[in-house]
Amino acid sequence: MKQLTALQQQNRRSNSFRNGSSPLDSTVDGAIKSPATIFWLVIHGLCCLISLVLGFRFSRLVFFLFFSTSSSPSTTTIYSPIQETLPFSIPGRVPVERNMSRVVVGRHGILIRPWPHPDPVEVMKAHKIIERVQMEQRSEYGVKSPRTVIAITPTYVRTFQTLHLTGVMHSLMNVHHDLVWIVVEAGGVTNETASLIRKSGLRILHVGFDGKMPVLWEDRHKLESKMRLHGLRVVKEQRLDGIVMFADDSNMHSLELFDEIQNVRWIGAVSVGILAHSGGSEDGELQMVGGEDSEKEEKKSQVPVQGPACNSSNHLVGWHTFNTQPFLERSARYIGDRAIVLPRKLEWAGFVLNSRLLWEERLNRPVWVREIEEVGTDGEDVESPLSLLKDTSVVEPLGSCGRKIMLWWLRVEARADSKFPARWIIDPPLDITVPAKRTPWPDAPPELPSSSVEKVIITQENTEKRATKNTPRKKRSSRKRKHTTKVLDEHITSTKHSGDN
Amino acid sequence: MCEMRNRRWVLAVFLLCIEFCLRIEAFKFHRTQQTERISGSAGDVLEDDPFGRLKVFVYELPSKYNKKILQKDPRCLNHMFAAEIYMHRFLLSSPVRTLNPEEADWFYTPVYTTCDLTPNGLPLPFKSPRMMRSAIQLISSNWPYWNRTEGADHFFITPHDFGACFHYLEEKAIERGILHLLQRATLVQTFGQRNHVCLKDDSIIIPPYAPPQKMQAHLIPPSTPRSIFVYFRGLFYDVGNDPEGGYYARGARASVWENFKDNPLFDISTEHPTTYYEDMQRAVFCLCPLGWAPWSPRLVEAVIFGCIPVIIADDIVLPFADAIPWEEIGVFVAEKDVPKLDTILTSIPIDEILKKQRLLANPSMKQAMLFPQPAQPRDAFHQILNGLARKLPHDKRVYLKSGDKFLNWTAGPVADLKPW
Repeated sequence: MKQLTALQQQNRRSNSFRNGSSPLDSTVDGAIKSPATIFWLVIHGLCCLISLVLGFRFSRLVFFLFFSTSSSPSTTTIYSPIQETLPFSIPGRVPVERNMSRVVVGRHGILIRPWPHPDPVEVMKAHKIIERVQMEQRSEYGVKSPRTVIAITPTYVRTFQTLHLTGVMHSLMNVHHDLVWIVVEAGGVTNETASLIRKSGLRILHVGFDGKMPVLWEDRHKLESKMRLHGLRVVKEQRLDGIVMFADDSNMHSLELFDEIQNVRWIGAVSVGILAHSGGSEDGELQMVGGEDSEKEEKKSQVPVQGPACNSSNHLVGWHTFNTQPFLERSARYIGDRAIVLPRKLEWAGFVLNSRLLWEERLNRPVWVREIEEVGTDGEDVESPLSLLKDTSVVEPLGSCGRKIMLWWLRVEARADSKFPARWIIDPPLDITVPAKRTPWPDAPPELPSSSVEKVIITQENTEKRATKNTPRKKRSSRKRKHTTKVLDEHITSTKHSGDN
Repeated sequence: MCEMRNRRWVLAVFLLCIEFCLRIEAFKFHRTQQTERISGSAGDVLEDDPFGRLKVFVYELPSKYNKKILQKDPRCLNHMFAAEIYMHRFLLSSPVRTLNPEEADWFYTPVYTTCDLTPNGLPLPFKSPRMMRSAIQLISSNWPYWNRTEGADHFFITPHDFGACFHYLEEKAIERGILHLLQRATLVQTFGQRNHVCLKDDSIIIPPYAPPQKMQAHLIPPSTPRSIFVYFRGLFYDVGNDPEGGYYARGARASVWENFKDNPLFDISTEHPTTYYEDMQRAVFCLCPLGWAPWSPRLVEAVIFGCIPVIIADDIVLPFADAIPWEEIGVFVAEKDVPKLDTILTSIPIDEILKKQRLLANPSMKQAMLFPQPAQPRDAFHQILNGLARKLPHDKRVYLKSGDKFLNWTAGPVADLKPW
């Protein structure tokens, strides 16, 4: 008897067992009460055989309804559904229940509405609810008195500016706190940049900086530092109150970063993941020797990390920096070079400052900070904000002592002499398409340091071809120089075909 | 003169009648008030301290009723019916326990009826009625307290699917009804459905057991934004037992699936993710539909993780309904309204949703749903004791006068009468 029940129970997935076993249960109980149960047993056996033959469970309900005369305590009923999908749901008789509950035991219909798909109005309402719930969560558990975030971004007009700046712009637009965005542009304020950043709706200070962006990476790093210092001077002049962070235009920021930097007192450091771009070099994977606190522990390559290093009691003891030694020979020299672009020892992006450091009265300011005017003069190369400090041990490590990486550094640029349509708008649409095979292929590197404009540019070809209706090709054509060789051949053949038809 | 005296008699009788009726009314009113205190304010009733208000005597049963059963299958400690075991352990070392049965208000019989498990871990209730009977026979023959009241001041914990009906199939359970010998005792059970045979009027409904340490281990910071609108993980069709659908969950779960399987707001599936608890903490609403029985541990999990429970089970009676304001915490959806679930949920005013979340964040609500070891103040153990204390003092009429007998010891199915 135990075996029988044990066997039956093999099928139990949830609390209960199907009705099919009820006649067997009565045998388990040890008393065959009436001919009705024998009758049910016979029917059950018959149905099992039929099921075996047919291959699916043949419902005994069919028999019940055909031969139903006997009363069972539970009545099966199906109240009219809106729409049924079951082939076997058979309407039964409606019982008369007196003191029993309104809820009837037995088979019910599966109610499906006529169009069981999401309703866009409901979806919008649900999103509003979620937004409001999250706002409440932030006010309840998030940062209590958030300070304004002042983001300083050095930029200049070039092919990839739209790409990078849009990324930073969208990250900053999603920040929940008040934000001031200081965009420092090399070569002066241009309409190109202004029209791009105006779309953000943020509070923007767009300042120009004299001096064209050089083509060599090293010079570019230096100029960017000067531009950032210029931004800091703007903060000082305007006495902006808040937390200064450096959002370089090709970096990637996580929104948690902006919550974490609210914890800074005077000056803090976060860890920066370095995605040194291999630039299509044949060396394959990047073998990095970097910080031990990298998030991605892959067997072959780890993402190196620049940032604060702490001891076990979470005090700052040193810095993890990027070891450039293995790559010096292979590193990119000029913008658009197909090699690894190396970051500097410590990137500006990994530091955040309290803006009061810059303009607060000398009495209220900590003693270890230098005046902003003194820094960067006489051609001093300010590599990182640490030069602003007399004593670097006061830096606060943020992001659980540098273990959490909320910010990634990457430099990807097109060649300095590459052309692109102004504001990335082709207006009016191009009428003339020139087949590319007559164009000399500029394999020769650009002349340094000045970039010459007379060479025919491949990107221009790309945009022209895009104007012809090769829309499916758009996905495959990439702006990266290294792929354009292959793509261009396909473009050439395609225009040929379209010309023929 | 005669008429005057007659009238005075009539008046006196009339007044007596009124007084009598009023007393009965008052008594009745008092009775109903005791059991229907649903909208009591959560604060003070949940905070009640049972110590000093009642005394419980624990019968010393031979270990074949409790310890040996547990030794045979220690899985009983982790499944959702484990409340009976933990309640026993709690009472053994609790200050409400008294070793003097003469001063006890309540008597507890530690018999683990839900510990006969299949290889899959599901309890078989076939021997439970005989076990219970045998235990009651033991206590009635060894101690005089059962016969004194025929069990009216005894309580039993019956956490099985349909409580003391001891069957997992609803039809069979209704057929059996509550075990006859328990009809005067108080039952502490997880099953609750209005107007159902297996729910006695004065039962105490408790939450199913959910492992407190495991849930604590999966807590995530409350500042993690809740980005899932509706969350559910579980079966929609019980393919093994009800392949056509319509029996399992009265078709409600199947209806949820068919209507909302392609809706991005509804994160519902049959998977068993390892991040189940974490996901609940990132959801605004958690569905708690009925299964084969109307109750489920999902309710407990939703309350612990701050997700608003959406209860889809007609006529369900929820745990500690007189202490916890379920209407204010959760959303009740009738089974016939399941196709309109998205409309219902999105049309709840946002203030109400925020209020429900605030109520759920109240730690006393979460404590009341848990069975922590060791016991903590205001947890489910204490709520059970509170419930028992609220029934005191016992009505004088439960004490039987000599010769009174209510229980028929031979009632029930013949198979139940076999000794265990």
